[in-house]
Amino acid sequence: MQQTLAKKEFTPPQVSSREFKRDNLPPTDDYREQLFELEKAGELEVQRVPEPYVELETKYGRKKKIPHQMTWHHKSCGQCGHIPGYSTSIFWINRKLGFEYHDPRDQTSCTAWNYYASSTSNSAAQAGIAVRNFSQAKIDGYFPVIHCGTSYGHYKETREQLLHYPVLRRQVRKIMDRLKMPFVFPEEIVHYSEWVHAMRDRIAELQVLDLSKVTVTVHPACHYHKLVVEDAVYDRDLFDGQRTAIISGLVDALGAKVGDYSTWHDCCGFGFRHILVSRDFSRSFATTRKIERMKEEVNPDVTLTHDTGCVTTLDKSQFAAQAHKKNVGIPVMSDAQFAALAMGAHPYIVCQLHWHGVDMKPLLEKMGIDHKKAWEEFEVQAERIKAGEIEYISWKEADA
Amino acid sequence: MSIYSDAKYTDVPLEKKQELFDEVKADMRYDHQLYGCYECGICVAACPSARFYDFSPRVFAQVMAREDVDTFYELLNDSVWDCSQCFSCTRCPRQNNPGGIITIMREVAVNHGMQSAKDALKAYSRIIYKIMSTGTQVAPDMLQPDFFPDWGPDVKQVSDNLDVWRRCVPPETMHTTELAWDVSEKTRLELYMIWKLTGNLEMIEKIDEGIFMILEEVMEELLEENGYDIDDYENLLEEEEDE
Repeated sequence: MQQTLAKKEFTPPQVSSREFKRDNLPPTDDYREQLFELEKAGELEVQRVPEPYVELETKYGRKKKIPHQMTWHHKSCGQCGHIPGYSTSIFWINRKLGFEYHDPRDQTSCTAWNYYASSTSNSAAQAGIAVRNFSQAKIDGYFPVIHCGTSYGHYKETREQLLHYPVLRRQVRKIMDRLKMPFVFPEEIVHYSEWVHAMRDRIAELQVLDLSKVTVTVHPACHYHKLVVEDAVYDRDLFDGQRTAIISGLVDALGAKVGDYSTWHDCCGFGFRHILVSRDFSRSFATTRKIERMKEEVNPDVTLTHDTGCVTTLDKSQFAAQAHKKNVGIPVMSDAQFAALAMGAHPYIVCQLHWHGVDMKPLLEKMGIDHKKAWEEFEVQAERIKAGEIEYISWKEADA
Repeated sequence: MSIYSDAKYTDVPLEKKQELFDEVKADMRYDHQLYGCYECGICVAACPSARFYDFSPRVFAQVMAREDVDTFYELLNDSVWDCSQCFSCTRCPRQNNPGGIITIMREVAVNHGMQSAKDALKAYSRIIYKIMSTGTQVAPDMLQPDFFPDWGPDVKQVSDNLDVWRRCVPPETMHTTELAWDVSEKTRLELYMIWKLTGNLEMIEKIDEGIFMILEEVMEELLEENGYDIDDYENLLEEEEDE
């Protein structure tokens, strides 16, 4: 006779019941020394991190320099195209902090989304594109800071290849000679989530919202902490240095709660090619392995991440999953948007939250933001544009 | 003989498979992607594609280490396109990088214009045109409800209001609808020259001749208008081989 098995309820492990212990530090080379050696040999020029800078600890203990300002905003095609509030929030925070930055037109994307999706390129082209962008930053007099996890990871891979393969350096030298540009590589490859992490206390000083009732889950981009792992930022005081500190450090500084969940290390399911032409895979992975796990184990008010693919996949995948009665419904945004909101940025004019899929209203209410009033304000500006009264919303309106 | 009982490419000559295998191995990056395999399965446990496809990064590491060219050819025509390229597999205790091996394998498949690569990239070609001609892969006007029906009604709302909503974004570089940001013409041309100098246009010609022809016509007209002599930008990688 068949026995009916009692349904077991799943009890996820709690943060407090997990122990994070850091082992001794494994030795790693400091790639900067190799860059400086190549500079001495006349092979390339190293762009130094401008002063003042903050030093952050990386995975195995090397101190990484993060500049305060004079940043060259290395844009991301996915974010600027579909998540415009990410870039805008970064600029807005810079303006609030009184920092000088540059928003260049002489920049291409890293083109790595295409490369990881289709492989219709090669090492020489990818390195040439990276160095062209870096050289332009040097010519403009600013230091490149990147807000896409894939650009950041790909540029670190490119740096490894340039350091290891003289033939690649020779090819890039020829490309740059033809373009009549110098061969420049930055001393550090910096992601904006590292910049936000470095600035988190200054951001918290300008905080105007009480976030003590807000619970956050964090999704770190694979290309941030799995590609060239030793260059990602860690902090002994956060998860005992076992998990990258970016985003979690900001949430902590803003007084919100970071909720841990069992698939923290998993990918979002973006897949590069998949998100565009095989989305059944991306959607299934994002909802089953990430969103549902977060809901079940933490039930957060929002999940924060720091990359084109992760924001897109985690956010947009949730709509269709509702048809299958999946346990979804977590707003998704970047750390920079969350930081800007905490500092009083406009949710639609600055953070551009209307480009996101999942309903943000319950979160905004919990954060103490009057979203109805904010949307009306946004619509007034949009109507002014439609009527030809203004061409676009300027920083004057955004800063107000 | 392949490890797969239902191997699809038994009629392809071994010499052809060996040629492609040797090409993967000859890539300068290859030696730093594979250091042997414990068969521990950590890469599979961490791999998102392994959860939804008949795909295993461990099989790639094993097959390449054993130099099993028959199975390599099966993977090259099929599984290679299932990889998410997230590099979660780099948790390998032997420091293998199965995702990196796959990047190289895909490059070889594209360079040879393999039918399986053409099929995998069929719906993707317009993205290749966008990135190669403009330097930004994702444009706001790609947010069309017909293309992203599963992303919900917000996509239609964005699409209906696109021009005004883009002008509601304060940074001036982002008032664009056809590009993610306003990339200067000079920069677009420099990017195109990099593709020319590194042989990427030949690669595109092999994978999608139509896209190649449009790309070449549009960009080379733009180069001429701006006073560039396109003959100055021939494939320098080929030049190196000749040297």
